[in-house]
Amino acid sequence: MTDITKGAIVPPRSFLSQDAIQVFYRLLAALLICAVLAVLSDSFLSLGNILNVLRQASLTFFIASGLTLVVLTAGLDLSVGANVALSACIAGTVIHKTGSPALGILTGLACGGIVGLLNGIMVTALRIPSFIATYGMLWVLNGLTYWYMAGETLHGFPAGFRQIGSGYLFGLPIPVYLLLVFLGIGTLFAQRTIWGQEIYAIGANPVAARLSGIPVARRLLLVYAVSGTMAGLASIIFLSRLNSAEADIGESLTLPAIAAVLIGGTSLFGGVGTVFGTFIGALILTLVLNGMNLLSVNANWQPLVTGVIVILAVWLDMKTRRRAQ
Amino acid sequence: MSDALPIEVTSPVPLLELRGISKEFPGVKALDDVSFAVYPGEVHMLLGENGAGKSSLMKVLCGAYRADAGEFYHNGEKVAISSTADAQKLGIAVIFQEFSLVPYLDIAQNIFLGREPKGRIPGTIDRRKILADAKRVLDTIGFDIDPSTTVDKLGVAQQQMVEIAKAISQNARILVMDEPTAALSDRETELLFALIARLKADGVSIVYISHRMAEVFALGDRITVLRDGRRIDGVRPADVTPDQLVRMMVGRNVDMTYPRHFADKPGELLLEVKGLTAPTGISDVNIEVRRGEIVGLCGLVGSGRSEVARAIFGADPVTSGEIIFDGKSISGEPDLAARRGIALIPESRKSEGLALLRSVSDNLVVSALRKLFPSGLFDQRSAQRTSDGLIRQLRIATPSARQTVGLLSGGNQQKVVIGKWLAAGSKLFIFDEPTRGIDIGAKSEIFALIDRLVAEGAAALMISSEQVEICHVCDRAYVMREGRIAGHLTRSELTEENIVRLGMHHA
Repeated sequence: MTDITKGAIVPPRSFLSQDAIQVFYRLLAALLICAVLAVLSDSFLSLGNILNVLRQASLTFFIASGLTLVVLTAGLDLSVGANVALSACIAGTVIHKTGSPALGILTGLACGGIVGLLNGIMVTALRIPSFIATYGMLWVLNGLTYWYMAGETLHGFPAGFRQIGSGYLFGLPIPVYLLLVFLGIGTLFAQRTIWGQEIYAIGANPVAARLSGIPVARRLLLVYAVSGTMAGLASIIFLSRLNSAEADIGESLTLPAIAAVLIGGTSLFGGVGTVFGTFIGALILTLVLNGMNLLSVNANWQPLVTGVIVILAVWLDMKTRRRAQ
Repeated sequence: MSDALPIEVTSPVPLLELRGISKEFPGVKALDDVSFAVYPGEVHMLLGENGAGKSSLMKVLCGAYRADAGEFYHNGEKVAISSTADAQKLGIAVIFQEFSLVPYLDIAQNIFLGREPKGRIPGTIDRRKILADAKRVLDTIGFDIDPSTTVDKLGVAQQQMVEIAKAISQNARILVMDEPTAALSDRETELLFALIARLKADGVSIVYISHRMAEVFALGDRITVLRDGRRIDGVRPADVTPDQLVRMMVGRNVDMTYPRHFADKPGELLLEVKGLTAPTGISDVNIEVRRGEIVGLCGLVGSGRSEVARAIFGADPVTSGEIIFDGKSISGEPDLAARRGIALIPESRKSEGLALLRSVSDNLVVSALRKLFPSGLFDQRSAQRTSDGLIRQLRIATPSARQTVGLLSGGNQQKVVIGKWLAAGSKLFIFDEPTRGIDIGAKSEIFALIDRLVAEGAAALMISSEQVEICHVCDRAYVMREGRIAGHLTRSELTEENIVRLGMHHA
């Protein structure tokens, strides 16, 4: 490991940006984990297992990709998990009541987006720090969802709808296609649009961004709305995959999503990171958990391992960045 | 006011004497061989322009800075002041402009902060004793108020009184006051002067930093003038005129020439500010800027210059007044101002002008994204080409456009800030202290650039504390004082003396 950090495998800095270097190291780490798991476990390299890893990673990625944009602006969205739960329950109800999956999907996306927009309004118009605004939102959404569901479980959705989360196309799970699509869209948005550039600029120095003529408040609104909408999308995939919805499905989603963002190299201080990095982060997180399952390590160790990886990843980032300066 | 008149210094031995004090910071000699003496019971005025060394001297006095060289004598005995504790032991206390009171504690607790009388139960305060002690201190300075009032309920003048009471309670014999009347009304100022007379009568010495001529002559027993970190002269108020003092503060012109090609006749009106008033403290500001002009905006730090710049750019809210740019009345956030062609080069380039972690290229194109990429699609290579052009044009010293901007020197960083507005195609450039912390070479390059910009039909509004620079490069200048335009100087009237005279408080 020391060889890697000391510069044995260092891409030439002259034509690779800091972002590219970070992604490069992460891909290496992911490959290394794969290699280790392939040696330790016979079943790791089976097609079924690999597809399973990708599908699981995709669920974390959908939430984490929107969250990445928020973190790039030096904000945080703690309400994503609770947003998934509310959106799933509302979308599920709409499907049950109308029988129309399309209407349900739209409602789920809209619900997620509106929650995100409300977060954005709290952060921009009311100037509440995003950490606190979205933390409050988490409780509000949980309250709404528990009240709305009143302990009920929504169950049984049309077969066509269930294909979204559990179906296959040309041998690949449909969520994996969605993953590729949104990975592409997210990367294009962040790297290849002027809004993306403005989001990086806001995260790097919000005061300078405003005084450079960037409409900071409007961009923040956009970013929180996107984060909420991605939570809405995740809610649809959950609903479809689980074929049920309960008030508590979001509780275990927020922290892994944040972990994926951080492992992926996006700085909580803003301005640094990539959507692709978050994808690798989600992959690394899923690979490690998958490996522990394959090796029959007690599941109770999983949170501890996740925590150690997050701390390690951020520490290494800070070290390399400090050296770069 | 009669007892505040100059008195003869009777004691031959100064209470505190500083000899040959020097203090250097990287690149700046803040204090250069300064000697300074305070006699018992005198009011010693400390005068100088921004950056003359007044604050540094004050900080050396109170032990916040350690002098690089020099000696201190207390009642003729050599002493050391190497910490604030040393200064406190010698009876030196400073009343800063920003008070150091704790707003949610009461007056008594603030006066005895860290020295509270202990109650019978460990960890508690003897409430009755602290209130009685506070009352006694407040009585000695003639401040009639209930010591259990919390400080956040007090006005500025009253908080200042508490600060003074706190200093007196620590047996301060030398009180250093930094522009104590800056935030006071006329009535409050009178009360403060009466208190100063009272303290003097008790033998307390006062070192008084002021920008107001009237105060200097009304209060001062002696005057020390600082300029560029050096002590220029020590005089008695009776022996000088205000004009002489101004000349001492400004000094002879340092010979510095900046390239400037003055146009024969001014171009069309580009910016017209009418009766601009804002909650940031500016009121009824009227400014005109024409194409082809560099218009100076001068005045002391805190006179409202930056606030005017920010208000025009939409960075701060405006209460009333009108801003007409290019024939249209404008308002709104900076993004609108920027899109219309106004550029702000802020005072603090690191915290307000640049994203230090991002590349030179990222910073150069950030204000021009919409112009360079009208489709909304960003292209890194095209951005880099634009940046390379600007780097050549502005001669920004950087290994490449991908270099992190935080690694460049101050002058090159400033060029990047200007460059981003060149890329945006701005028409009016508002510079707030464009040459602060920049070496002479980069300075003249930046002025050459501004000269070229206005020659090509743009206009500039330039805030600077460097009066030499204003006099050299500006077509004309406005001078601000206490949030208002105190006067306008045409090219022929533009001298350092005139700027200082208009900027000083005449009461």
